Amino acid sequence: MKAQIKASNEEAASRILRAKPTLVDILTAGDAIPGMRKDMILHAGPPVSWERMCGPMRGAIMGGLLLEGLAKGSEEAEALAASGDIAFEPCHHHSAVGPMAGVVTWSMPVWVLENKTFGNRAYCTLNEGLGKVLRYGAFSEEVIARLKWMAEELAPFLREALLNHGEIDMKTMIAQALQMGDEGHNRNRAGTSLFIREIAPDLVRLGRDRDKIAKVFAFMHGNDHFFLNLTMPSCKCTVDAAAGISGSSVVITMARNGTDFGIRVSGLGDRWFTGPAGMVDGLFFPGFSADDAAPDIGDSVITETAGIGGFAMAAAPAIVKFVGGAPKDAINFTQRMYEITVTENDVYQIPVLDFRGTPTAIDLIKVVETGILPAINTGIAHKEPGIGMVGAGLVQPPESCFHSALEVFVEKYGK
Amino acid sequence: MFMDVKKINKLFDEELVVINMGLDAFGDNLKKEQVRVLLMNWKPPAGGNKKLISLLEKLDK
Repeated sequence: MKAQIKASNEEAASRILRAKPTLVDILTAGDAIPGMRKDMILHAGPPVSWERMCGPMRGAIMGGLLLEGLAKGSEEAEALAASGDIAFEPCHHHSAVGPMAGVVTWSMPVWVLENKTFGNRAYCTLNEGLGKVLRYGAFSEEVIARLKWMAEELAPFLREALLNHGEIDMKTMIAQALQMGDEGHNRNRAGTSLFIREIAPDLVRLGRDRDKIAKVFAFMHGNDHFFLNLTMPSCKCTVDAAAGISGSSVVITMARNGTDFGIRVSGLGDRWFTGPAGMVDGLFFPGFSADDAAPDIGDSVITETAGIGGFAMAAAPAIVKFVGGAPKDAINFTQRMYEITVTENDVYQIPVLDFRGTPTAIDLIKVVETGILPAINTGIAHKEPGIGMVGAGLVQPPESCFHSALEVFVEKYGK
Repeated sequence: MFMDVKKINKLFDEELVVINMGLDAFGDNLKKEQVRVLLMNWKPPAGGNKKLISLLEKLDK
């Protein structure tokens, strides 16, 4: 059995390494995402009912209903959300990922990523910026107005520029961002800059109203996390190619909904293994403290699942100013992750570790054996909807979800 | 096969450098004797959890 698991895990790791995530289009969720419906809202993490959703998730869902014109005010939105007439499903069940609350509705524009090696696609909304934004549960008029501008101007301009430019190889761009001090989850300053540099000529050549194009540039420039919504679907279409391999104990999903943290394992099909979402240990923005924080939330941990984010923290020493600790801690976090992974990435490399590849393909068995849990960099949402991001830090998954997954793995494959 | 006692005895004529695998207390005693000791970051498999160890053994065939 041991040899079979090893071979299956090597196959899973090989598929992750061979993936070629490529940006191919921007479409609306309704047009692009398989199984999407007008009366459906996608959310981050494993499945969760309205009753069990945390504050930011509820706020984001209410905002989504307002954006789609399905409710006229917050009370109506709350009543509709609780009525059972709206279907809530995880982004991960629809080849999608969403940061923080991860809410996706019918009319929202989404990045379309294609894994050119295996042909599978992944989807993610465009990043709204920091502060009062839907993904942190804010749904005021300014939030809805920004989302409408994104659908009516930002996305169509970027789409036209992208189609003129041609597909963009995201693997190369992410690799370059890691060389420039990003880790692809909580630090995306280099990646955002690289993307702007790549798309700028084609945006200018559109020949549209210069103020409108300048607003697009300013929006991307004003948000260091703009690139996060590109690393996430890049990672999603990368690890999805390693799903469903019999005998493989490689973790192909980690995700949180603000109530539960869930994982899925390649050799165990679509089944989720969940435990309580943890509290993030980190630094808070002025005026906020740990008392204001919501539990860990969002699909952005897909980056760690694919071998960047917290796993590539040694590439991003400057991030400790954002999440706490010292540069040496960032190196230690990455080095510990080699203990629980199957392979090292051949493209995503870390200069300070002599260009060693990032630790890639988390092995459930190694996690339980060593007791070392995946290191995750993440943002912190305010526990009340409508306030936004209050800090950033590090968090670990609950070990119980790995223990319960191991039990089922042994039932299926053990002697 | 016999161990080369001379080689072992030679060790005691040199400065001892010890890697301690296991309880920290083993190394602590040597440190008190001014011996250089490196502590290895070691834990029993699955933190010693018997149920998990038994599950892991079922995959180790």
